[in-house]
Amino acid sequence: MFAQQLVNGLMLGGAYALVAIGYTLIFGVLNLLHLAHGEVFMVGAYVGLVLALAGFPPWVTLAGAMLAAAALGVLVERVAFRPVRNRGSHVTPLITTIAVGLVLQHVVVKIFGAEPVAFPAPFASASLALGPLTLSSLQLLILGTSLALMAALEVFLRSTPTGMAIRATAENQTVAGLMGINVSLAIVITFAIASALAGAAGVLLAWNFTGLSPFFGVKVGLKGLAIMLLGGLGNVTGAMVGGLIIGVVEVMSVAYLASSYRDAFAFAVMILILLVRPTGLFGARLQTG
Amino acid sequence: MLSDHTVSILIFAGIDVIMALSFYLPASAGQLSAGQGGFMALGAYTAAYLTVHGTPFPLALAAGGLVGGLVGLAVGFPALRLRGLYLVLVTFGFGEMVRVLFLNAPAFGGPAGFAGIPPATTIWHVLGLLIVLVYFFTRVSGSRMGRAFAALRDDEAAAEAMGVNSTYVKLAAFAAGGVIAGLGGALYAHYTLFIDPEAFGVGRSLFVMLYAVFGGLASFWGAVVGAAILSVLPELLRWVKDWREIFYGLLVLTLMLVRPQGLLDATLLARLSLRGERAPARG
Repeated sequence: MFAQQLVNGLMLGGAYALVAIGYTLIFGVLNLLHLAHGEVFMVGAYVGLVLALAGFPPWVTLAGAMLAAAALGVLVERVAFRPVRNRGSHVTPLITTIAVGLVLQHVVVKIFGAEPVAFPAPFASASLALGPLTLSSLQLLILGTSLALMAALEVFLRSTPTGMAIRATAENQTVAGLMGINVSLAIVITFAIASALAGAAGVLLAWNFTGLSPFFGVKVGLKGLAIMLLGGLGNVTGAMVGGLIIGVVEVMSVAYLASSYRDAFAFAVMILILLVRPTGLFGARLQTG
Repeated sequence: MLSDHTVSILIFAGIDVIMALSFYLPASAGQLSAGQGGFMALGAYTAAYLTVHGTPFPLALAAGGLVGGLVGLAVGFPALRLRGLYLVLVTFGFGEMVRVLFLNAPAFGGPAGFAGIPPATTIWHVLGLLIVLVYFFTRVSGSRMGRAFAALRDDEAAAEAMGVNSTYVKLAAFAAGGVIAGLGGALYAHYTLFIDPEAFGVGRSLFVMLYAVFGGLASFWGAVVGAAILSVLPELLRWVKDWREIFYGLLVLTLMLVRPQGLLDATLLARLSLRGERAPARG
């Protein structure tokens, strides 16, 4: 029972981690919060829905959602971040992204309606008995995809020139610029990657919950924020570990406590950890946002 | 006299202004709170519970403000260790936890909401509280406390070096913001006569922040003007029917891009103070 819940939690956590990584990448590079990230995630899931309904195989659904989300993320950077980057305070992008999120949410309501819709299963799922554990092939696909994407991101950030440019930009924009890095381009690429991961998470979670609604992004987005904070702002490894922790905590709280508290546990864990360690689990920086 | 519809728009706009002021107060000391909806919920549920059980309205109103203030004080403590966006996120979490708490409290109706609240709030209550608040803010902004708020927001280290007790000032700012939000919630509950946890969720907290920042954080008038405009705007956008939210979002976005510091920024405020007062030294 416990091991089974642990696997379920890790699966949920992997998808949460993908959302949180997006927040943390953007925060790392810009030191700003992207409050429409949950909506980018939701739009990605809807694009996946359209592709899945059109009969495309699961990998096309996933790739299409990632591409669409990436394009949307770049657009959000263009309209909500770049114009206010060097003007206004760090509160201004909070407001511009809330506005963008509102628009995205209601554009989706306009097209697909406000009611939740069913998301078709990618394939007839088979179960796999592994000792006391029962794993469905869908669960394995979800967990495997999120782990693979995280591993790919880690390799990309560590060993490709573009990845290094992004890390340099996160470290210090001015110095990175002086070193010949195209900072604006690095920021755009960061948004594209962060949003693509959110798009992937959208499809994975829609598979998991077998449905979605235009307000799907709000809850998951909030959890992503909590996870980012838990792991330490701007810390990718922290977001991965934090995501898995929150996923497990959530599933365990439903299994052993009360299901109606599930959404509060993520925040309770976050606040507890922050009181003990204000920089988050992996954060080293001062918390001067 | 005014039609019922107009009165209801004015009352909701007034409560939005009160909420925006509750965000502005800690914000003027550099403490951004994305959890004002949580304080509003506490005030609303406290006051509603009391009046339903026979307490007179004025007392219940005061109790709503008191609970908001006490919890504000409690939330202020973690705030001492956190700054900037960390604080935004933690207060976010606080708002969510309050919502979930009421969702799981059968005594307060749980997810079904709390109904049967006696009608008590009139436009005069809202207007009266607004006048008191405007008087309070005009008095505070020039006072020792108001200057301590501004100093803390601009540079915490420098403020402390000049003898500002940052712990005390931050806690006071949070508690006072909580009192205002609690009062706003109590007024809200006794006008809608029905409250449920969803009314005070993240959406509420974000909109409160939106109102104040949209109006501009350079003066409390920004919160007043921003909230007044943005809460009446949906009424003016009736003609676009179900495109309303999309229009609203685009309008806010465009205006923020044109005026990133909000509608009333320091320059505009200086130009508006005709009596040649000291220009607000913030921006």
